[in-house]
Amino acid sequence: MSTITPEVVAAHSLTPDEYQKILSLLGREPSLTELGIFSVMWSEHCSYKSSKVHLKKLPTRSQLVLLGPGENAGIIDIGHGYGIAFKIESHNHPSFIEPFQGAATGVGGILRDIFTMGARPIAVLDSIRFGPLDDPKTGARNRRILEGVVSGIAHYGNCFGVPTVGGECVFHKSYDGNPLVNVFALGVIPKDKIFFGRAEGIGNPVIYVGAKTGRDGIHGATMASDEFTEESKQKRPNVQMGDPFLEKLLLEACLEAMYTGAVVGIQDMGAAGLTCSTCEMGSRAGTGIEIDLQYVPQRETGMSPYEIMLSESQERMLLVAEKGREQEIFDVFNKWGLDSATVGFVTDDGMLRVRDHGVLVAEINNRDLADEAPIYNRPHTKPHRNVPMEAPAFASSDLKADLVKLLSSGDLCSKKWIYEQYDYMVRTNTLAGPGGDAAIVRVKETGTSVAISLDGNGRYCYLDPREGAKLVVAEACRNVSTVGALPVAATNNLNFGNPQRPEIMAQLVEAIEGMADACLHFETPITGGNVSLYNETLGEGILPTPVIGIVGLLPTQAPVPSRFQNEGRTVMLLGGIGISDEVHFGGTQYAHVLLQQMWGLPPALDMELEKNVHAAIREIVAAGVVESAHDLSDGGFAVALAEASFDGIGATVSLPDSTLRPELLLFHEGPSRILISTNSPEEVSKLADKHGVPAITIGTTVTGQVVIEGHLSATVEELHQPWATALESALHA
Amino acid sequence: MKAGVVVFPGSNCDHDAYYAVTQNVGAQAALLWHQESTIPSDIDAIILPGGFSYGDYLRCGAIAKFSPIIGAVKKFADAGGLVMGFCNGFQILTESGLLPGALIRNNSLKFRCHQVGLRVETTNTPFTNAAEKGQILTIPIAHGEGCYTAEPHVLDQLEAEDRVVFRYVQNPNGSLRDIAGICNAGRNVLGMMPHPERATDPLMGSTDGLVVFRSLLSALVAK
Repeated sequence: MSTITPEVVAAHSLTPDEYQKILSLLGREPSLTELGIFSVMWSEHCSYKSSKVHLKKLPTRSQLVLLGPGENAGIIDIGHGYGIAFKIESHNHPSFIEPFQGAATGVGGILRDIFTMGARPIAVLDSIRFGPLDDPKTGARNRRILEGVVSGIAHYGNCFGVPTVGGECVFHKSYDGNPLVNVFALGVIPKDKIFFGRAEGIGNPVIYVGAKTGRDGIHGATMASDEFTEESKQKRPNVQMGDPFLEKLLLEACLEAMYTGAVVGIQDMGAAGLTCSTCEMGSRAGTGIEIDLQYVPQRETGMSPYEIMLSESQERMLLVAEKGREQEIFDVFNKWGLDSATVGFVTDDGMLRVRDHGVLVAEINNRDLADEAPIYNRPHTKPHRNVPMEAPAFASSDLKADLVKLLSSGDLCSKKWIYEQYDYMVRTNTLAGPGGDAAIVRVKETGTSVAISLDGNGRYCYLDPREGAKLVVAEACRNVSTVGALPVAATNNLNFGNPQRPEIMAQLVEAIEGMADACLHFETPITGGNVSLYNETLGEGILPTPVIGIVGLLPTQAPVPSRFQNEGRTVMLLGGIGISDEVHFGGTQYAHVLLQQMWGLPPALDMELEKNVHAAIREIVAAGVVESAHDLSDGGFAVALAEASFDGIGATVSLPDSTLRPELLLFHEGPSRILISTNSPEEVSKLADKHGVPAITIGTTVTGQVVIEGHLSATVEELHQPWATALESALHA
Repeated sequence: MKAGVVVFPGSNCDHDAYYAVTQNVGAQAALLWHQESTIPSDIDAIILPGGFSYGDYLRCGAIAKFSPIIGAVKKFADAGGLVMGFCNGFQILTESGLLPGALIRNNSLKFRCHQVGLRVETTNTPFTNAAEKGQILTIPIAHGEGCYTAEPHVLDQLEAEDRVVFRYVQNPNGSLRDIAGICNAGRNVLGMMPHPERATDPLMGSTDGLVVFRSLLSALVAK
């Protein structure tokens, strides 16, 4: 009697159609181990089956791109013989089930993706989203998740020795049962020493290195492709445990092993563990791999082939070495106190052949696993949206009180409590750490620097996924430009709900298309990324949240601060007061925090103007004619002005006559604007003119005061104190 | 001057210390692997850098104290050699008995990373002779276990013998008597939680850590 019943198939999250495809590819019934292998490789997480047709729309090439999507991380050329490898990846589902380990192993996974290419990681950033901390029902749980995620990130990154230099932390009800933890990592690599996950060379040994295999994380990839239900908590054993010390050893040993010249190909064992690394390495090289599980270092006794193949134990790598040079590899791993063992060899028949003590337990064509997963062009209709187009009636009675409330809101308040738990300085490259518009790390090898910004905006994307995604790219590019860097490449993390719902699929499709347009326009090809679907709990989906990581290049120099530095300087608004109306005000922080509503559309974006603003600010920064530059984004002009004052030097400004009502004038989030202070306003105007960008003079910096004439007046302290203390107060409520 | 920077498998500030000494201080440095049991004869001073020596899942430095290199460091220190432990290096020095007291979890129970004000309490050491007593240095901390603790009589003795080298201006971790750094009775072994090697380059926000290295250079010249 067959052991593969329809129930067993369903328990592996495979549809009957998918099972039929397996039967026809194999020409026979799979064994349970083979079914398990198919189920993880064909999971949404590993196969991108719902998103693949649309991901092809993203631009992936430029003169600087050395390596685009498809490998463990993308690589761009930064000159002087070096490249940078970078990628973002999500660990949303595990972080809900077990916040500390979920987030920690998220960091571990992306770090391995970077150093498996041969790059030494030099920076990590995190984009994290939670349900509100003050919710009467779920607040306590959300606080616990946030604390767990933050300490998990800190634990892993600090011990590993990579600085966590920035990111974002955002709150919204829709992340209540489904926090988002997206981790970005970047490493430096000599251009002539890039390693690939390819099993080249028939007869070459396949060597397993790193931690022993245990029963943890079995079916993690499948779990990450499911919605959450009440039973999810039972999936806790599906979450892996991280050991950053071991990862540090693995980093040093892998880089040293690569240096010997005996490594032919290498891939980390992340999602779907040994299964994914073997079949992908074989598939990419057009070869086969045969392994015998008796040689796999194991932490527990009595593990079945199914368990060994599907385990997601952390801190493991698979490498293919040059035949006859195995000992050089073993010596390096011995030196670092790590296990290494030959578990198999490369074959010429394209098959993944798994034996256990010589007995054949699985035999599947590598290509069938890695490339033949079903691809779905899922139906998509109009993006899901359940809010009105028209603005409600609203009128502020106290603009200063509004500003204070915004500054102490979850998204806008100081995140110092979070980032001071991260070692953001280790490796002594951090020119600009957390808290600014973009992080800047120098690359000692080249004498140049890299600026990085992560951005997402679920509310904008909910109101209009296409325009929202463009705005997200525009803002990240603006952040990077504001510190003087040229944006050159991107990585994206697409966090969405259940793609089997046409109105959710529509969000994904439109967001990808919007992102593609913007990345093409801003010349930031996407070199890799991650898709996280099924972010739903009990049928409630998250706001569509594409997160973009933009990487920019700049010379190594003292960074331009975002805050005013001296009194008596001219305050200017590059890009002018911007354009808005009530319909385009419905996605702002003002609508969210003060009115607790969402309506209308996200701010209108003129990509041409936006790009000109980027070019202008870069030239202005390079000319050394500004003392501070801060981009306008969440909370609009008034929030940016307050933030620029937090070193104690504020400003008295007067905005030009406008038809905008005061709430809009102060708080609208129209893009393409940057607040600067300067001693050379004429120079700034000249350079802005050159790029066709308005630059208006609005006032002067003064000590200790923030005054917007006719609208509000406050001391810096009145604004700073609530901003500085809000997060900690909310956590310890 | 040639500094020997000890490399434990979990050291992660070893390269920063090496870089600071060679690029920012203008001296020489060499990396010393934890399995070595002798110190090369051309080494003038030893740095135990920050990091997580052997993972430090047990107690910071608890395993490091049994490593071959620490045996060699002890001999080097006993012979009057200059030894500096920063962060994890300080933890290892207390664990191995080269310095008194212990470093326990920060009172916030959280890892803390930020700049701190550090007051120079004595210039009568080879590590602070180029500083001024009472001078405030801006140097970063980055640790989860930096709360200095010792028996009251030990603290009294440290103070009586002028062995408290640095105090925090604002105590970030609950250290007793605001102690950030101490030296041994022979005054040739320094332990401090802050990272002077991270404050040796204007681009990193402070060069106040240079005074520690400059002091070391002049002490070696005087030797």
